[in-house]
Amino acid sequence: MIPVFKKELIENLRDRRVVLNTLVLGPLAAPFIFVLIVAFTVQQAIDRAEAELELVVVGAEHAPNLVRWLTQQGVVVKDPPSDPEQAIRDEDEEVILRIPASFPEAWTAGRPAVVEVLTDRSRRYAGTSLARVESLLQGYSRQIGQLRLQLRGVTPELSQALRVQTVDLSTPESRGGLILAFLPYVVLITVFIGAMHMAIDTTSGERERRSLEPLLINPLPRWQIMGGKLLATTAFALATLAIGLVAFTWALKFLPTAQMDMALNLDWRVAVTAFVLVLPVALLASAVLIILAAFAKSFREAQSYVGLIMFIPMIPSFWILINPSRLETWMTWVPLLSQSILILEMVRGETIQFAWMATSFVSTGILALLLAAVAGSLYNRPGLIFGDG
Amino acid sequence: MIEARNLRKCFGKVVAVDDVSFRAEDGQITGLLGPNGAGKTTTLRMLYTLLQPDSGEMTVDGIDPRREPLAVKRRLGVVPDSRGLYDRLTARENVRYYGELHGLDRAAIDTRLQELIRVLDMGDFIDRRTQGFSQGQRVKVAIARAMIHDPRTVLLDEPSNGLDVMSTRALRGYLQELRREGRCVVLSTHIMQEVAALCDRIVIIARGRIAAEGTADRLLAQSGASTLEDAFVKLIGSDEGLLA
Repeated sequence: MIPVFKKELIENLRDRRVVLNTLVLGPLAAPFIFVLIVAFTVQQAIDRAEAELELVVVGAEHAPNLVRWLTQQGVVVKDPPSDPEQAIRDEDEEVILRIPASFPEAWTAGRPAVVEVLTDRSRRYAGTSLARVESLLQGYSRQIGQLRLQLRGVTPELSQALRVQTVDLSTPESRGGLILAFLPYVVLITVFIGAMHMAIDTTSGERERRSLEPLLINPLPRWQIMGGKLLATTAFALATLAIGLVAFTWALKFLPTAQMDMALNLDWRVAVTAFVLVLPVALLASAVLIILAAFAKSFREAQSYVGLIMFIPMIPSFWILINPSRLETWMTWVPLLSQSILILEMVRGETIQFAWMATSFVSTGILALLLAAVAGSLYNRPGLIFGDG
Repeated sequence: MIEARNLRKCFGKVVAVDDVSFRAEDGQITGLLGPNGAGKTTTLRMLYTLLQPDSGEMTVDGIDPRREPLAVKRRLGVVPDSRGLYDRLTARENVRYYGELHGLDRAAIDTRLQELIRVLDMGDFIDRRTQGFSQGQRVKVAIARAMIHDPRTVLLDEPSNGLDVMSTRALRGYLQELRREGRCVVLSTHIMQEVAALCDRIVIIARGRIAAEGTADRLLAQSGASTLEDAFVKLIGSDEGLLA
């Protein structure tokens, strides 16, 4: 088994394209893109929150006090365009404040005076500006309302029956966990990507190059030949995973976590634990991919089968997304789901029970060994050797 | 020595090998001659254990490949129809890999490799990656890796396919060398001249059956023809597949 293992590793490591795709681009792309996106989003949010708010006001003459107050709050009031609705649709403006002609009358009569805020909520960039405008207007409304009550000799607190205080027990780590929610998916897909090329190359690739038949004439049991291929594929998957985790852990240091008011709990200890947790998944992925690829008639056909398999590692992450629920013991028995959930708990900074780790490792390991046994029996089928069935 | 008796193998409804019996002695070259699709490759695949016969008996040096496939494989050197090499390994690494699969140690492999490089004249290209090798070079590497464990019995499936004249001559020289060393050599071919030039015994296979067996002289006498080619056509009853 060892000679097969060594030879497959040497042969594939000599293929520059494989090394580049599997060991460099595959594991490094995700952390790079992630850090770029998060850094960009955070920067944008900070910019928008701190930038001076420009606000178009239509009918400013109807409420000069309000407009003056807005200016005092640092808002740059701009003159209105001819067609405010069109300006929003054309994305010339994010938010427009319109004060109707009925404003002064309602205001003096002490009735709620209507003001309109025009915006397009489906434009996500407008969200920050809209929130700032609404909060300013609420502030003005509350201030005037309290003055009115005081004028009538009523304490403003009477109008406030409840004061709601939400005590947020989330920690910087758990808030960071929200951002790292996709990490399990990236980890699992990295393992599958790492195993993919090797699984195809050592099985349907070997047959297509017509070197499988002579290989099987050598005097060792066929399951050992397959075993060597399986081990080599698993080793490649693990190497890819290790590179990916290291890259991620390192890349996160470049994020402005302090400004985000969160902590990303992916340090070396968590990375190593995640690696151990995902170890049996590497064997599982390799066995599944090898079984598929061995049945394919050509390298190309194998690639199309394997492409379909790539959605498997997505399933647990989607499930968690659609059905966010607490960790329950049965989940730690389900391969792929258990790894996803436990990694999520770890990046949230929770302590992981050793028993959970063990059940995840054992259940996934057993399934992986079963599939490995299936793979090991494949070369007893003549159809898979000669490619005619 | 190889003995096969009444071998039969079907793939679904197709009978690939119907009733094949022959002997191949040590120190002789035995040729399986027959048109394409006659069942030569299937017969060889049963001998080197990649296919199981549906019925019939066979032994290699008295060992039944079905009962002890690994023991038989250790005795056989096989150059199958598929001669795929690993392009990203050098010729030396390709051969060494097979030596390791046979469980030989590094020193034994290197000693044996030295000899094969000399006999097969591979010195010029032994340390080059096999990508871009000529057919002749590929066959030499395929032979070297089949012979790395010094097998007593050698099976070759259409070994001269795709070889130019010089490579074919070198191959014949090598097979005669194997015969001189007392090995049992079996080769399958559809090329008459090859059989006439090399083989001590000829086994003619057509449609999965043995059409005739014996020395070239005996086949000539049996068919009453004057050339081996005419004898062949007469014995298999048609010239179908001969030109392919």
